[in-house]
Amino acid sequence: MVWPFRILAEHFRFSNSQIFKLIMSLSNEYIKQKLSEKFGEQVLGFEESYGMLSFEAPKEMNLKVMNFLFDSDDLKFRFLTDLCAVHYPDQKGKEIAVVYHLHNLEDNVRLRFKVFTDVGKPDVYTATGLFSSANWMERETYDFYGVNFIGHPNLKRILNVDEMDYFPMRKEFPLEDQSRIDKDDEMFGRGGTLGFGTEKTGHGTLIESDKGNIGGEIV
Amino acid sequence: MARPVSYNITNKPLVSDISMSEMPEGHQGEGFFATSLDKVIGLARKNSIWPLPFATSCCGIEFMATMGAHYDLARFGSERVGFSPRQCDLLMVMGTIAKKMGPVVKQVYLQMAEPRWVIAVGACASSGGIFDTYSVLQGIDQVVPVDVYVPGCPPRPEAIIDGVMRIQDLVGKESLRRRGGDKYKALLESYGIQ
Amino acid sequence: MSEQHIKLPEGSIEKTTTTLNLGPTHPATHGVMQNILELDGERIVSTEQTIGYIHRAFEKIAERRPLYQITPLTDRLNYCSSPINNMGWHLTCEKLLGVKTPKRVDYLRIIIMELARISDHLICNSIVGVDSGAYTGFLYVMQYRELIYEIYEEICGSRLTTNIGRIGGFERNFNDIAFQKIEKFLKEYPDVQREFEKLFTRNRIFMERTIGAGPISAERALNYGFTGPNLRAAGVDFDVRTQNPYSSYEDFDFKVPVGTTGDCYDRFLVRNEEIWQSLSLIEQAYKKVQDFKGADAEIYHADVPEYYLPDKKDVYTKMEALIWHFKIIMGEIDMPKGEVYNSVEGANGELGFYLVSDGSRTPYRLHFRRPCFIYYQAYEELTKGAMLSDAIIVMSSLNLIAGEMDG
Repeated sequence: MVWPFRILAEHFRFSNSQIFKLIMSLSNEYIKQKLSEKFGEQVLGFEESYGMLSFEAPKEMNLKVMNFLFDSDDLKFRFLTDLCAVHYPDQKGKEIAVVYHLHNLEDNVRLRFKVFTDVGKPDVYTATGLFSSANWMERETYDFYGVNFIGHPNLKRILNVDEMDYFPMRKEFPLEDQSRIDKDDEMFGRGGTLGFGTEKTGHGTLIESDKGNIGGEIV
Repeated sequence: MARPVSYNITNKPLVSDISMSEMPEGHQGEGFFATSLDKVIGLARKNSIWPLPFATSCCGIEFMATMGAHYDLARFGSERVGFSPRQCDLLMVMGTIAKKMGPVVKQVYLQMAEPRWVIAVGACASSGGIFDTYSVLQGIDQVVPVDVYVPGCPPRPEAIIDGVMRIQDLVGKESLRRRGGDKYKALLESYGIQ
Repeated sequence: MSEQHIKLPEGSIEKTTTTLNLGPTHPATHGVMQNILELDGERIVSTEQTIGYIHRAFEKIAERRPLYQITPLTDRLNYCSSPINNMGWHLTCEKLLGVKTPKRVDYLRIIIMELARISDHLICNSIVGVDSGAYTGFLYVMQYRELIYEIYEEICGSRLTTNIGRIGGFERNFNDIAFQKIEKFLKEYPDVQREFEKLFTRNRIFMERTIGAGPISAERALNYGFTGPNLRAAGVDFDVRTQNPYSSYEDFDFKVPVGTTGDCYDRFLVRNEEIWQSLSLIEQAYKKVQDFKGADAEIYHADVPEYYLPDKKDVYTKMEALIWHFKIIMGEIDMPKGEVYNSVEGANGELGFYLVSDGSRTPYRLHFRRPCFIYYQAYEELTKGAMLSDAIIVMSSLNLIAGEMDG
């Protein structure tokens, strides 16, 4: 009986197409150039942070851009590494960013693609038609940030309890369960009579009414 | 700085290695031994506890190590771990219990038959551990009455065994009338269990 | 289909399939996840997964902890191989800070990471055995995982959730006892692995149970975002250690095993072969570490004054060390502003960390790219038309760790 596995030996994989590619390797400038050729002014914000090219596009175009990156034969971004969201409450009109990390496995190039959406109406087209792995990742993003993915087959909460009525990862919600009565705030550094731990960083999760509470009254 | 590598290389005399459990007090004579019923039942129960490992996270892996050959839990009578609540005596909750999982713990506890004991293994099961968040139940004693808490994150297998030995103490000393009594009923009422 | 022997109540729908709840507490689900299966007799028609029973909100907790306090959180992601998560996080921080670690640190990290990988693959493979009814392999292998735990304990003090290493290196140099324990493991373990393989690999019953159970093709696996041994069993040789080498993996000679059909047997074999490759990597790294002599052998961390606690005797004598010590302990170090995505080859696949920093003391957003979460979606496709016992074997051979899935 034939052993049903083979061992592939390599640090670096040099197939024929690879050698050709090394001559015109897929650099970030080339990707930027092809994207600008195809979409013109609509793709913007090109940055290169720590070697990874990152750009953004309007949220209506997210599928068009990803389809282009998927289908094009020299930019074969056919693997969705990650899909998540970031909440920037200070950027009015563009509070929630949905971030896609794409990967070209053959040329070993990674890419970060962001779309921004308004927190009042956070609708983004779903990528599940293109990548099946986006299914649960979008459910997680919905669960944490409330991003409504249009066309998603089963958009409901995945990690939190189904009855939860808020989106916990948004910056305005606190980390701890606020309904506890058995915790000693003094010991846990959360105000109390002496006010330890009330100075938070600028983007902390302290609710607005609690800022500046240094415990003026002795309870 | 180096201390010698410590392997188990010394030969311990057998007499200090084996311990016999003690006989309960009673009257004995030629071919008979008379003692009180709850001492005998306690002795029988405590040396054959059947645990239900409710392993959710990291403490579950330490439990797997405890059940392995190195830190054998089976020598304390817990050879047969069962996963059916109806057949088990000891509910070992090991790992973080999230709020989504709380009703499941309660359901499993309700399905267990008396007498039943609960051991909370690890910091997360005892008090929520390092996860003071909106989604983690801060200790399973919010939903079920707990007999022994084993702290640690995760507790070493020796600590888990120590916890089981304390359960054995509780089981051995428990009165046979406890489960029908008023104090126990009041305890269950406080958890909302009729 | 059949005649109505039972009078159904008004308005009820007649179902031809059985619903089976493979609930959150089940001996075969390692960790808590729920599967509601629709069965037609013994065949599975569809499944629906519910996860989140151990959601601990790591990402939200991380938004209020400085970088070095996030390491204990990463421990609890894939708790069977916590050092890999720790090292991955430290590598991400070092990428953000622009720190280059010396070679000796890299080699020591490789030893620890490969030990963790062996430890995780051992659990997965022996649990596949347990789920198909063979308990003995699990007991043999658990005995040798204790040796790995002893090595961790010698270096960082803890067995399971290790919090091993610091940003820039390790908290203390590996002492002689640690090296002796590593040598003992390298000497004793290969025979045990051979015995474990003898028990399972050509065992007729095991082969009949696992061959053909839950196959997946390479294209579907890539579309589902599979990485790690599950993807390699399907035929794609994607390994982050060879594609984006980190921590000096490029200095080492190892192979990446690849399967063909992606079924449970292939996954089992790929994991076994990866254990052999990890053993070879540990041996090579150990030899390279022994080659450092004299003063070089005392290097165990890079120079990161902002995040690495200075030596206590310096704190008591030098002013700068005292100030750094105070600032680190009180958490008053600001991070550089930027966004970084870094990934390492975890035991289950590509474990990624997406860190967004806005220049303050704690991350603005930290997202973990967890491989288990992503490939569990494919479970329905893997078990369509399979029998119930195959569903159990597929679940355990995918190596689903609930802590990593829910995070």
